[in-house]
Amino acid sequence: MSTSRSFVAITLPPFVAAVVALAVWEGAARALSVPAYLLPPPSAVASAAVGDASALAGACVTTGLASLVGFLASAVIGVAVAIGLASSRIVERGLYPYAVALQTVPIVAIAPLLVLWCGAGPRAVAASAFIVSVFPVITNSLAGIRAVEPALRDLFTLYGASRSQVLFKLELAHAAPQIATGLRIACGLSVIGAIVGEFVAGFSEGSPGLGILVMTSYRQLRTDLLFAAVGCSALLGMLMFGMVSAASSLVLRRWYVAAR
Amino acid sequence: MVAARSRWPYICRRVPKAVDIRGVRRRFRIPRGLFGAEETVLALDGIDLSIEEGSFVALIGPSGCGKSTLLRIVAGLDTPDEGTVEVAARARGEVAYVFQDAHLLPWRSVAANVALPLELRGVPREERDAKVLQALEEVELSDAATRYPAELSGGMRMRASIARALVTRPKLLLMDEPFAALDELTRQRLDERLLALWREHHLTVLFVTHAIFEATFLAERAVVLSGRPAHVVHDAAVELPAVRTAATRGEPAFARAAGTLLAALDQGPG
Repeated sequence: MSTSRSFVAITLPPFVAAVVALAVWEGAARALSVPAYLLPPPSAVASAAVGDASALAGACVTTGLASLVGFLASAVIGVAVAIGLASSRIVERGLYPYAVALQTVPIVAIAPLLVLWCGAGPRAVAASAFIVSVFPVITNSLAGIRAVEPALRDLFTLYGASRSQVLFKLELAHAAPQIATGLRIACGLSVIGAIVGEFVAGFSEGSPGLGILVMTSYRQLRTDLLFAAVGCSALLGMLMFGMVSAASSLVLRRWYVAAR
Repeated sequence: MVAARSRWPYICRRVPKAVDIRGVRRRFRIPRGLFGAEETVLALDGIDLSIEEGSFVALIGPSGCGKSTLLRIVAGLDTPDEGTVEVAARARGEVAYVFQDAHLLPWRSVAANVALPLELRGVPREERDAKVLQALEEVELSDAATRYPAELSGGMRMRASIARALVTRPKLLLMDEPFAALDELTRQRLDERLLALWREHHLTVLFVTHAIFEATFLAERAVVLSGRPAHVVHDAAVELPAVRTAATRGEPAFARAAGTLLAALDQGPG
């Protein structure tokens, strides 16, 4: 039963830490009678989460979908851009600085442009999630493709491999662990990008996202609901991370066998 | 059949050339400083070398003299600045190359690695599997077919690499210090296995090494290159019986043959 013991050993410490932190928080909030709009006790956050469960769930779905669309666009476009940049040194030298520039421009500054181009709503939010999350996919994929040993390229040349055989059987296969690393970073960033995007571009018909929920609870001084929304966005990020990790370890199981 | 193989076949009849190298020069430009200044280094300085079909030729020289460059030129992976190279084996898979390290793809099993050259040529799966099995048997690696390169020892990885080279049934086998990273005992076993494979498959082998005893044991003919810029300083038959076994290494003739090569290597300036 060593596996169940190690499962307990992994899950118990963070669980205990959370219980202790919540208890201290609850006790402090009550003992010091902090006003609820400054720091609501966890019990108040929990009851707000239950009371507004449908609003929170709708917000999670809206933000989750926008993050997912932005993340998938990052995965496809990021890897494609990396392949393009890797195809020649001159192309890389010419375009890579602009990929870096994309990374350094604050998303809050571009978000109004996205509203102008895509209109307020889910498309602008997904575009924001994409812009924030695409850079790590590009850099990691590019590093992975660049790391292919020259001897392996020689081997493929010697056997007359076509460009697509080199791409799929050598470059992408070789870069797979680095691409997976880029995707794991990107999925968390896409949730951040979606929520920031919603602050600027999220007002539209349909169920409001977590960013909107954060803004409206702040304006109404409903700090308990604000905490619940923040908690939900953390859960959403972890869910995305878990999904990407599971998918990548499934795809990379041969790499992991190799590394064992 | 094997025993009848003469060491000097061209005395009796003209044997076709597997490789014919004439006046090959190769320069490399090495960038110096920030402003695009370059220094030109001459790696190969007028190499003439022709290799008969079915022979086993060792190419010896000091480290960094350009042996690997010459081998890459023969493989068509590099082009000379001057001179001509004619290689009889021209079709895909007729030339095989074994690198200094095994260079297997870590995400593929041993069998999938060996199958790679056939896969790239679009050979159908059933045909591929049969050939892979046979190639693995030849290097005594059938048991490890489903294992991954990271799980293998250095010697097993190199045998997988040789199986990958043999799977297309090449005519010309180019080897670039393939056993340099292995321990002495493993290296000697692989040398013996390689000689057996060479006889079985009537291969032409061009074997680059800086190990004199290995060259003496393996080759019918040894070509010694000088230090950079490389030219041929010695080109002669290795004076040993055609069929060599582990016992050959203990014979006085073996030490004499190795001594000849060592003297030639010492002579080369640079």
